[in-house]
Formats: sequence, structure tokens, C-alpha cells
Amino acid sequence: MKNFILKRSKDLLPTLIGVSLLSFFLVRLIPGDPVMLMLGERGANPEVYMEMKQKLGLDQPIIFQYFTFIAKAFQGDLGESLISKTSVVEEFFSRFPATLELGMASLLFALTFGIPFGVIAAVKRNGFLDYFLMTMSLVGYSMPIFWWGLILIITFSLNLGLTPVSGRLNIIYDIDPVTGFYLIDTLLPSTLSHYGLKPFFSSLAHLFLPAIAMGTIPLAVIARMTRSSMIDVLDEDYIRTAKARGISAHRIILIHALKNALIPIITVLGLMFGSIITGAILTESIFSWPGIGKWLVSSITARDYPVIQAGVLFIATFIVLINIGVDFLYTLVDPRMRKELQKVNKKRAASPTDKAPPQNEGDPL
Amino acid sequence: MNLRTLLLIWISLSYNLSSYSAENFIYCSEATPAAFNPQVTTDGTSNNAAAHTLYEKLTTFQYGSTTIIPALATSWELSPDQKKYTFQIRKNVLFHTTSYFKPTRPLNADDIIFSFERMLDPNHPYHLIGGGNYEYFSGMDMGNLISKIEKINDYEITIHLNKPEAPFLANLSMSFMSILSKEYAMKLLKEKKPHLIDLQPIGTGPFKFHKYVKDTVIRYKKFEHYWGKAPAIENLIFAITPDASVRYQKLKAKECHLIIEPLPYDLASMQDDPHINLLDKAGLNIGYLAFNTQKPPFNNKLVRRAIAHTLNRDSYIQAIYLGNAIVAKNPMPPSLWSYHHDIKPYSFNLKKAKDLLAQAGYPQGFKAELWTLPVTRPYNPNGKKMGEMMQADLAKIGIQVKLISYDWPTYLKKSRDGEHQMIQLGWTGDNGDPDNFLHTLLGCSAVEAGSNAAKWCHKEFDSLITQAKIISSRKERSALYLKAQEIFHEELPWIPLAHSKIFRAMSPEVTGYKIDPLGGDIFKTVDLLSSEKEGTSP
Repeated sequence: MKNFILKRSKDLLPTLIGVSLLSFFLVRLIPGDPVMLMLGERGANPEVYMEMKQKLGLDQPIIFQYFTFIAKAFQGDLGESLISKTSVVEEFFSRFPATLELGMASLLFALTFGIPFGVIAAVKRNGFLDYFLMTMSLVGYSMPIFWWGLILIITFSLNLGLTPVSGRLNIIYDIDPVTGFYLIDTLLPSTLSHYGLKPFFSSLAHLFLPAIAMGTIPLAVIARMTRSSMIDVLDEDYIRTAKARGISAHRIILIHALKNALIPIITVLGLMFGSIITGAILTESIFSWPGIGKWLVSSITARDYPVIQAGVLFIATFIVLINIGVDFLYTLVDPRMRKELQKVNKKRAASPTDKAPPQNEGDPL
Repeated sequence: MNLRTLLLIWISLSYNLSSYSAENFIYCSEATPAAFNPQVTTDGTSNNAAAHTLYEKLTTFQYGSTTIIPALATSWELSPDQKKYTFQIRKNVLFHTTSYFKPTRPLNADDIIFSFERMLDPNHPYHLIGGGNYEYFSGMDMGNLISKIEKINDYEITIHLNKPEAPFLANLSMSFMSILSKEYAMKLLKEKKPHLIDLQPIGTGPFKFHKYVKDTVIRYKKFEHYWGKAPAIENLIFAITPDASVRYQKLKAKECHLIIEPLPYDLASMQDDPHINLLDKAGLNIGYLAFNTQKPPFNNKLVRRAIAHTLNRDSYIQAIYLGNAIVAKNPMPPSLWSYHHDIKPYSFNLKKAKDLLAQAGYPQGFKAELWTLPVTRPYNPNGKKMGEMMQADLAKIGIQVKLISYDWPTYLKKSRDGEHQMIQLGWTGDNGDPDNFLHTLLGCSAVEAGSNAAKWCHKEFDSLITQAKIISSRKERSALYLKAQEIFHEELPWIPLAHSKIFRAMSPEVTGYKIDPLGGDIFKTVDLLSSEKEGTSP
């Protein structure tokens, strides 16, 4: 386990160097000048313009700017936003919990409904339920989020009065974010003693519609993946054997078939979580959700270089970590992977030198 | 617990979730403020969040108009050479007491000198805090204008100017000239946390800062010791809601009392809704099509006039502004003093246009590029669509137009560099002075500064507007501006397109709110009807 994490962590450094190079230079290749943008329609005298460039360090050669950025990054300083003049690390971490909370809620929604829908469709293959669920998933996949979000608001908030329109918490609750995860912050003693459980339910109610809006596409993908994966597994010989042994249909589907069908779904899940986090911009805009999606896009529009660089770096790190997590999940679901991993560990223990095993033999994944 | 019980619990909670409570005024704003100090910000969002709530200036604009009235200064005098302004400062004005600062003295001359010198003096200990970019201060050329600020006594100061400047009081009334507390600044300096001056504000305004959760909510409390009439509402809350459709839904669901900038196509349904009050006011803005007068064929005024006769601007008002604007004829809005009402606008007349084009030596027309505005602005809500309509109009006299657009930063940079031929742009006034339109957008010095998109430097026009800058008599200034508008009409460096209206939508319970012609949202006099105050509380 320790070796596995150490080995996979080695991937992180080259990835981050690559990402830093790409984000740093690509953003500067886009035409447009942050100083000009700050001055807006007003314009400015060339002296004022040059003075501002100097103050922001944008008059230095680009290579020099890159190495300054890297040197500072190693000290944990990723710079300040050109617009808000506050630390980008602080800016990122004040917004990231909101995106993560929404991402997890939408993935939970997608899994809760996507897997059962896929299983039902596979079991009732070519029947009415199969066609119905798969058509619905296609509709869900094709729906533009901004339209779907507004439909949800009009239906659930305005017509039925069941949920609030937008935001993370009813504005009347004046609470201080501690973890940034409102479902946790609203259960902290300071909030509970003042308002009771109402803020918790409020944050739950606020999470409801954005999670549905953001989770609909993943739900559709998971349902379709589960269906095709289940169909493959259900045609395997061992399932026929299990049926012949008289094992109940429920047990065959949920224990014998679903576990094996989950492997490709986990792969998709890892990739999907990354795209949920990075692609939350539309949902965040519609539901006024204060996450990183909108923050990053507005930084690109404003050519706020430090924010774009740091934001991309953080997200890349997060996605690499998620993929390490997914790889680890394989070992839990697939015993063959676990055995491979154990084999590698044994070999390492038997080896007289502490040399890494050759790639073609020892890599469990 | 069965499903029915769960649903009932949810519904009972939802009623508490969506309704606002007594004494809270909720304003659905459109974006996150860049900082809580108007000295370092330029956008309307930040001005609403700081300048109109927390801070005050020496002079200000009367609520709902552009008339200059006293604020932190009770009176002022101008020297005979018009280069010295002496201000009497209001006594017993207190700064906010908050969890992070408790003032020990009221406002005095030191605070005013501190606030101005932060922007003026590059060696001031606060000058470089927050980057040292005072864009508005530089943009209005205040650094070159003010030579010295002299303290006469605790309640009297004199500002010395390098040259007479008629719009000086209007400039002083702008948000970037807000007054900060020197005592608070010195405390932060001592604690080695000077950057907090722009993030944890202390002012003398009608509301004091309470809390800010990034991208989510800004909370203010009424300042009980405000020198003027204290606000009627206890808590002012800015609920940051970037999407305009969602703001409208929140207003309908009673989650906001007032929303900023409704979408043009929502206006009709808002007008029909008995639970919504829709307010409108003529905006202090102009949308225009500028010609690069340094490039042929647009260096020929006959060509420019031909195009003015070709563009059917009435149709743009209907299609682009949905009727919520008026056709422009001068380079400034009609609500400004010295607006030339007698000028006859260029009529839609294709025959005349073709004749003018033939006279200019282009009987068959020519090919040209037209840059369409890539952003939505009140003065031009849909640049691309307007560009397509212009393209169709210009084809009628043989001008084959290629539409071009870039993202906003590129658009600004390229237009500053003069790469365009025809370009859509616009302007929203800052201070209600004609100089802010004519000098900023059409002066010779603005060619280099970048805000004169026509790259038009007309000696006579420039001398008139420069002269008007140094005369204090409004009557004399007005005569000069009228003459300047006539020259503009004759030369036509750009075609004025439209002046759009500003809209705000609010709950019928809101009273005491007026639309500010400069586009800000001011809540000092806002109140809620008593039925609303007795409404649901959390």
C-alpha cells in the first residue's frame, strides 16, 4: 500500500512541471493584455500603462517571469491575483470546498440512480423498461445544463415551492465558514447553539437542485456504462453456473454480476469526477454557487495570470490524486489486482538491493 | 419515517428557507467586488459594495441626479485664479466602530489628506499597498492636476491645482475620492497588516461592514452614529447572484427585495407582474460606431456622413434595445447640461447617402471591416446582432462589410493601437460633466491615451473643450460645449447610436429607492413597508 502510493506519487512531479509550463505559456499566448483590460474603455497615458506593467512585473522577459513563478511556487507562494490583490492560494481554498461539496453531491446522485437504472435496463434487456431508461438517459445526456437548471428552478422552486432558487444557504443565517463544506459547518456547535438544525436543512435544500443539474449527465453515462458492462457479465459462464446451482436472481445480480461489472464504471467515475470539478462553471453560474469554475473562467477573461496558473496547477494535482485513488479502488474491487500488488511487494522484499522492480513485471496497473 | 412524512417535513422547512426576514434588506447583486476600497477599484459592483454604502466623499451627487452637493465638506471656496479650493470639513463625523477597529476621534483634515496622498504620493507608506494602481485617479489625471494639499486647521483644507479645472468638484464627488480613516491605517501599519485597508473597510458611510463570504454574500449593519439621517433598515445584505435570469426567479420567490440589471427580454413580463415594481431611468450613456479617421476612406467626412444616412438606427432601437433606448444624435446624453437640442440628426436617406459616396469618389462603394462589440453593455446589449443589421444596411449603398470581433481584452488593445476601420464602442458617464464625454472620448490627448477610438484630433474642437475645462462659469462652458457639438455633427468622427435606459426590478414593499443616473445602487434612504417588516422571521 505504502509502496503503491509512493510509486504513484512520483507521477505527480513531472505532471505538475508539464502543467505549469503549459498553463504559464499558453495563457500568455492568448492575445490581450491584463493591464489594458484593467484600464478598460478609459485607456491611459503610455507612462501610466508602463508604470502599471512594471508594478505587476509584466515588463520582465517571459522566461524570467516563469522562473520567478517556479521559485516562489516551491516556497508555497503562488502569487497574488492581479484583480483582487489577494493570495491565489487563499482564493482557491476559499472556493474549492464549495465545488467539491457540489461535485460529491452530484456524483452521489448520479451513482444512486445511475447504477440501479443500468442494472434494471440490463436485466430487462430489450424490454420496455430498458428502452425507457436508456432513452431517458440519452435525453439527460443531451440536455444543456443552463436550460435544465432553469427548468428545475421554475418547477421545484417557483411552482412547487420545495427548494430555494440559488445560493448555498439561506441568507438569513449568518454563519462563518470553518471547513467550507456547509453540510459540516452547519452542524458545528457554534451554529447549532444559535440556530439549531435549520441551517443544515437549508444547506441540504440548496444543494438539491444544483446536484441534480450537475449530476444528470454523469447519471446518464453511468446508467449506460452499467447496462453494457452488466450485459457482458450476465453472459459469462459463471453466471450461468450460478443460475444452474439455483442461486436466487437477486443474489446473482447484486453479488456475482454487479461487483465485476463495476470495474469499468470505476474507471469512468475517476475521469468523470475530474470533469465535474473542472466543468462546474455552468451549474455554478446558474445556481450562484461560489465555486472555482466561475472564478477560473472570469480569471481567463480578465487575463489574471497568477490565478489561472495556480488554479490549473491545483486542479491538475487534484485530478492526479483522484486517479491514484481510483487505481487503488481497483485493488479493492478486483482480487487479481490485489494479487499483482502483493506479488510486487514480495519481490521487493526478497530483493537484496532496494531497487525498483522493472516496469514490465512489477507494475500492478 | 415514510416518504409522506419526509415530504411534509421538507415542505415545512422550505417555507422558512425561502422567505426573507424582518429588518433585512436583500439586494441581489451581479458579481463579487474586487476590493472594499473605491480608490483601487473601477467597476460598478465594487462601487455599490463600498463607495455607496461604507464611504463618503467631500462632495457628492444629490441622490438620483448629478447635481453636486456637500457631503463631508460643508462648504467650499474657489480662489480668483481658480487654482485653489478651500473646503470646510464637517464636524463630529464618526468613523465606523467594528470588531476590528474602534476609532478614538472623529473625522478631521488628516483623514482627507491621508486619503488623497495615498494615491498622489509615490512615497506614501500606503501607495504601493494593494499594487499601487489607482486607475481612476490616473485616468482622471488627478496626479497632474493636484499640486499640493494644505492643512489649514483640523477642519479646513486647501487643495492647490496646477491649472484651473472646471470639472474638479465633479471629480471629487466620484467614488475613487472616498475618505478613509488615517487612524485605522496607522493601526494596520503598526500591526504590519496594511493590506487589510482594502479588505476590511472603515468609513463614515450610512452602513458599516459586517461580514463577507467570498462570491456569496456581503453583510452590512446600519451605522447608528451616522452624522446624517440613519438608514431605516437594520441589515443590508448583498446576495451575489451572477445570472440575471436567476436574479429574476429569486425576486419572484421573495429571496431578494431588489435586483440589478434585469434582462431586456424579461422586462415585459416584469411589467405585467403585480408583485414586481419595475423602475427605469434614462442612463448617462452612449453607444456609438467610431470611424478610424486616420485611415482611408474614413478620413473623408463625406464617407462618414454617407454611412450616417445609411444606418437605420430606429430599427436598431427596436431590435437590439427592445425599444428601451432613444436614438442618439450628439456625443453625450440629453440629460447632461449643455446638450445641443437643436442639432438635426442625420436622417435615414439612401439616395443622399449614395450621392455623398459618389462625391467622395466611391460611387460603387468599397470593402471595409466593422468590429462588433464582444461584450454586453447597457449602451449596446448585442453588438454582433447590431453588426449584422449594419452590414445589411451598408450593403444597400455598395459598402461590403466584413464583421470582425475579438475577445474583450484583445478588442481593447487592438482598438487602442488603431487597427480598426469601424468599431462599435460606448461609454457610461462617471460624473455628470460634459467634459467626461467630450474630452475623454474625443480630445486630442485621448488619441494617445486610447479612449479616442476615432483617432480624431480636430484643433478647433479640442481648443473649445480644453477652454471649457478651465472656465468655472457654467453658462460660458455651455456655450463652448454647444459649439463643440456642432463641430462634431459637421465632422462626424463617430455615429452616435443610442442612449439606453437603466432598469431595476424590486418588490412592491420597497420604498425610498431611486435609480442613480450614474448606474450605482444606493440604499441610504431605502425602507420596507410595515407589512413586510412584520413578515416571516427565521
